[in-house]
Amino acid sequence: MTTPDTSRLRDLAVSDSGFVLDPRTGHTFTLNETGLLVLRSLKDGAAVYQVVDRLESEFEVDPDDNIHRDVEDFIANLREFGLVR
Amino acid sequence: MTPSRPTVAITGMNATDNPAPGVGIARALRQDPEIEPKIIGLGYDALDPGFYMDGLLDGGALLPYPSAGKLALRQRLEEIRARFGIDVFMPTLDSELRAAATLADDLARIGIRTLVPSVESLEKTTKPRLPQLNNHPDLRVPESQAVSSADGLADAVRDLGFPAVVKGPYYGAEIVTGEADALAAYHRFVATWGVPVIVQRFVRGEEYNVAAVGDGTGATVGAVAMRKMALTDKGKGWSGITVENRALIDLTKAVIDTLRWRGAIEVECLREESSGDLYIAEINPRFPAWIYLSAGAGQNLPAAALKLVLGLPVPRPMPPYRAGTLFVRISLDQVSDLSTYEQLTSRGVLGPRKAFP
Repeated sequence: MTTPDTSRLRDLAVSDSGFVLDPRTGHTFTLNETGLLVLRSLKDGAAVYQVVDRLESEFEVDPDDNIHRDVEDFIANLREFGLVR
Repeated sequence: MTPSRPTVAITGMNATDNPAPGVGIARALRQDPEIEPKIIGLGYDALDPGFYMDGLLDGGALLPYPSAGKLALRQRLEEIRARFGIDVFMPTLDSELRAAATLADDLARIGIRTLVPSVESLEKTTKPRLPQLNNHPDLRVPESQAVSSADGLADAVRDLGFPAVVKGPYYGAEIVTGEADALAAYHRFVATWGVPVIVQRFVRGEEYNVAAVGDGTGATVGAVAMRKMALTDKGKGWSGITVENRALIDLTKAVIDTLRWRGAIEVECLREESSGDLYIAEINPRFPAWIYLSAGAGQNLPAAALKLVLGLPVPRPMPPYRAGTLFVRISLDQVSDLSTYEQLTSRGVLGPRKAFP
């Protein structure tokens, strides 16, 4: 999979509660704690494997969980909203 | 010469569920720390809600309906000037703009300044003529045809396909999905407004609106963009949010430049979902009803327009506005004793109030 272009994420206004504003469209989103960490990591320019590392170090992760796939799904959602390319 | 405390007469006090911009403009002017204008509200009905809003107006007056013609308007403005000493007239309704543009020089001679576009610029924003903006390389208007007969309508919808948008020459738009729908909408618009009726290609996408002020040389003084978040059943915005979107502002600047626009303007835009292209759906030759949002978000466009007409300095560029600022309308019952209603119905004027020196 090619590295997603996450430059648009830098424009997003993100509150500590996980409330997100896209100032270009006025659309708002609500994230849970893990979603917030993923978004902030991507916003900082982290690669997918680095996001996975951060999730593993911040949260208790079940060995059966496929975090990598979850992050890819999250990015696919962002792509649908036009926030990554 | 610029009066130290100018008196401004603003139309559009009918802040109903289909609100005129007058109340929003007056509120924005009240918020500017530099001008401190005296504000006279103008309306067509003694029950226009703006007349009853505490602290909004220093006085008020009723106008003859636009159908009475521009000479009736001029005469009434002279009477209002004699009573309140108005320095500036700010028309805010589409139906007033043509008369105001025609009368601008005449009003200036009797000491009433206006900030209105030229009649020629105004004409270019009418629905039948709007598609001509497609001649500009940076502007797009959805393909449209003006029709004046049922046969013409049938040809137009055949060309443009369904869904299509059928619009009255001045007001209203309906999305139609078949020939029967289109014909019914056509007859409704003809019965209300007459011909031509406009048939336009339907652009599927999100709508954004930009309010702005042009100085008449082609330059944009300020511009604020927003997306409506909730609509009334008449399709009027009931809440909205400011957005920071360079493409919307650049499009508005191009409109103002090509029209050499003077005064307030609202550009209604559609971002096509499939192509991402921005289209101009409509241009309103006035501030929108949501204009107070511009002041609330940090770029007070009504105050800029007033300063411009008074020859006062306006910073260029104006300060940026805050994206993510919301407006939410509320329905609020104003309570009033009988005096306001009595004055407007029996004398056609309100005040000057005691606080009016």
